Amino acid sequence: MALLNINGSDVELQAEDAMPLLWAVRDIAGMTGTKYGCGVGLCGACTVHIDGVAERSCQLTVGEVTGKAITTIEGLDPDGEHRVQQAWRELNVPQCGFCQSGQIMQAASFLAEKPDPSDDEILDAMSGNVCRCGCYQRIVAAVRLASTGS
Amino acid sequence: MLKYLEETQVTGTGSLLVQKLSRRMFLGTGTAFAIGAFATQAQAFPTWATGATAMPNGVREDPLIFVSIDEDGTVTLVAHRSEMGTGARTSLPMIMADEMEADWERVKIIQAEGDEPKYGNQDTDGSRSLRHHIQAARKIGGAVRHMLAAAAADRWGVDAATVTVANHEVKSASGDVLGFGDLAEAAMAMPVPAHDEVAYKSEDAFRYIGKGQVQITDLRDITTGDAIYGADVSVEGMKIAVIARPPVVGGRALSFDATDALNVPGVISVHELPYSNIPAKFAPLGGIAVVAENTYAAIQGRESLIIEWEAGPHGGYNSEPFMEEMKAAAGQPGVVLREQGDPDAAFADAARTFGQTYTQAHMAHIAMEPPAALASVTDQGIEIWAPVQSPYTTRTDVAEAMGVDPANVKVNVTLLGGGFGRKSKADFVTEAALLSREVGAPVRVQWTREDDVRHSFYHTASAERIEVALDEDGKVTGWKHNSVAPSILSTFAPDSGQQFFIESGMGHVDMPFDIPNVRCHNGKAMAHTRIGWFRAVSNVPRAWAIGSFVGELAAELGRDDRQMWLDLIGAPRSIDPVAEGYPENFWNYGEPMDEFPIETGRLADVLNMAADGIGYGKNLPEGEGIGLAVHRSFVSYVACAAHVKVVDGNVTVPEMHLAIDCGYAANPERIESQMQGAAVMGMTLALHSGITYRDGAVEQGNYYDYDVSRSDNYPRNVVTHIVPHPFSVHSTGVGEPGVPPVAPAIANALFHATGKRKRDLPMGVEV
Ligand code: FES
Ligand code: FES
Repeated sequence: MALLNINGSDVELQAEDAMPLLWAVRDIAGMTGTKYGCGVGLCGACTVHIDGVAERSCQLTVGEVTGKAITTIEGLDPDGEHRVQQAWRELNVPQCGFCQSGQIMQAASFLAEKPDPSDDEILDAMSGNVCRCGCYQRIVAAVRLASTGS
Repeated sequence: MLKYLEETQVTGTGSLLVQKLSRRMFLGTGTAFAIGAFATQAQAFPTWATGATAMPNGVREDPLIFVSIDEDGTVTLVAHRSEMGTGARTSLPMIMADEMEADWERVKIIQAEGDEPKYGNQDTDGSRSLRHHIQAARKIGGAVRHMLAAAAADRWGVDAATVTVANHEVKSASGDVLGFGDLAEAAMAMPVPAHDEVAYKSEDAFRYIGKGQVQITDLRDITTGDAIYGADVSVEGMKIAVIARPPVVGGRALSFDATDALNVPGVISVHELPYSNIPAKFAPLGGIAVVAENTYAAIQGRESLIIEWEAGPHGGYNSEPFMEEMKAAAGQPGVVLREQGDPDAAFADAARTFGQTYTQAHMAHIAMEPPAALASVTDQGIEIWAPVQSPYTTRTDVAEAMGVDPANVKVNVTLLGGGFGRKSKADFVTEAALLSREVGAPVRVQWTREDDVRHSFYHTASAERIEVALDEDGKVTGWKHNSVAPSILSTFAPDSGQQFFIESGMGHVDMPFDIPNVRCHNGKAMAHTRIGWFRAVSNVPRAWAIGSFVGELAAELGRDDRQMWLDLIGAPRSIDPVAEGYPENFWNYGEPMDEFPIETGRLADVLNMAADGIGYGKNLPEGEGIGLAVHRSFVSYVACAAHVKVVDGNVTVPEMHLAIDCGYAANPERIESQMQGAAVMGMTLALHSGITYRDGAVEQGNYYDYDVSRSDNYPRNVVTHIVPHPFSVHSTGVGEPGVPPVAPAIANALFHATGKRKRDLPMGVEV
């Protein structure tokens, strides 16, 4: 039994400490916005925030995040209107969409840390998030839009 | 408004369709559409024949199947094609909505279950969704608009020709107004008008079609995490399964010990699934399945299995020697598929000849979403939830594997986290059904990324040899192209080692250059793994070979690349396949040649558009170069101009222009997004994607050894040029044809940047 704080609520989960957070969130908490793409920390589809910072949930165990604030895509903004989400919509960014919750979580954490990044900084910060559909051009533009409003 | 157009300023050609337009503008000024005004004029748009009628279950045009209207005015449209990222679930309903004069904000899209007798063909593959269904979408929308008008006219006791339908409302001449919701029941009870009784909208009255201002259907859900993909469906009592499959196709477990696996907390049971060997169509590979309460337990359980595998007949498959054999075969005469003029004489009489061989390794699709499917098998029947490109063949495949009537199988289609051809094959769904029956509970089968990389249906490996005969003036008088690659057919029937007409039609026998003497032949290569189709299929190696060869030939003859291409393409002409010696069973992507001819002028046009767009010919610093390639596939014409810059010994692409002629551009915004995606996938396969085999097993496993282009090295500044056409110029394919010209354009650019010529895919990131 684990007690995790997810999106501002304390939840009790039937999950052992060694279980990757990804599977605890998806299978036990039943929140499926966080995606499995590789399980080895190389695609970013599983990105969540731990105490506000983007982390790969497939690389963290339940034990490691107990007592920390976990934010998933479902909790990024109560109305789903985070400026990064809005920018994604304005630019019609997704193709299949599967990578996009991870991309958005990565971008939101990055911009919180660096509100006005250079293009190279954006490209670098987003390089751990694979988009097999190849939406990078719009992803980068959307991060820029969320950052500067244009 | 959608900002994408402002972000992708396109200049240079003047022939670009997409323009800066505000969504609000359309909604605000929605032109009232008077049926009456058109009633006595030519109204129905001229229809044309497509290959759709030859597809299983064809096309359905019955509005009562695709459209329903609620009393609150909500218009519900059925999307019967799968959404894997191309926008089919947006674009086809958008066309219906526009022709119907529905307000897109009040349209709801629902996904059809797998039922082709009802909806028509649902196999979302071959870049066919718009090409085959655009006419039906307009017909459906137009018919419903008429039915709404007729219902309102009835209500008012006026002539239907005097009412107008605009933006979700019907108005009478005297100013009465009824909303679509007010007319819901009455309209849908009206007789469905025939095509030639419908006054369709003129193109300048389109509000959504051709504009590219519509948000994709699932945009909000995707950005909030609410979108549902294959692994996101749960039902009461569901278990999760992860399967250890034979490392070699056709292999099996000689023995296994599940003791430790069964001791993993959460693991429920272990089952052996029946094995298969090629040709097994889409039957699962078999293996040892671990069923558990959650995915982590299932994965842990699988890791704890002790299995002794027998490799089976393909245990000797090793990529390196196999590639050498294919290259050798490519240098020998193969089965002749196209013979035009007298190529042997042309080579005998040539002032000189020139030839090169190009290869490509196998590729796996690695869609972002690894395969996952949920099946619930009960006495009442079988219900499936799965991300499948072809829900109806999924249904019939599962029925066959389970020995039940397809009537007892229901297939619900989730969103697909990418497909690229992999999710046409329902092996992973059948696994779930088999296990659900074994376990007596609903089962979700989850493939790990390693499973996906190691147990796919692979893009074939190939060797393509091209030789030309040249006269004194350097004019090409003869062309020979031997294509050697294991065939997709080996997945379906005993393998002859020869390719079949569909593969030959993809850039091999339809080589469009103006050369008098041509031979296209096919050397033998046996399949030792499951060969499937991957976005653009055989066009990838053919465009790679031909496109690279044109660049090499230009260098060999000291000619400018663009001029070399234009010389080979020749004067604009519509190719006569008989005169040019095409095989009798030539496959034009299933489309009739008279409606979808091969027009060389369109090839030259897109080539020039891409070249002009990138500023071909401009001076570049040392270590930079521009390369070109153009290819017709899926009855579309796409050219790529790539700018390569070598940075710290790595290939980078600071700018790329893709020019596409896909007939009428129904949704330019999604066409642009497909071209951006094709640029990235093209660069990925150019630099990274190589699946290799050792002793029959795939050597790669995950992103650590099968990587893709990422945001720190992808084609930056991809500019899309779309050739503008009226609706009457048939819409063709978009999802696939962007990919083939990218790799050869990069290789040609790399040659100009460094003087180095790459002939084998993947070519690697480092120069
Ligand atoms: S699933 Fe965690 S990084 Fe890929
Ligand atoms: S949108 Fe498909 S993987 Fe990114």
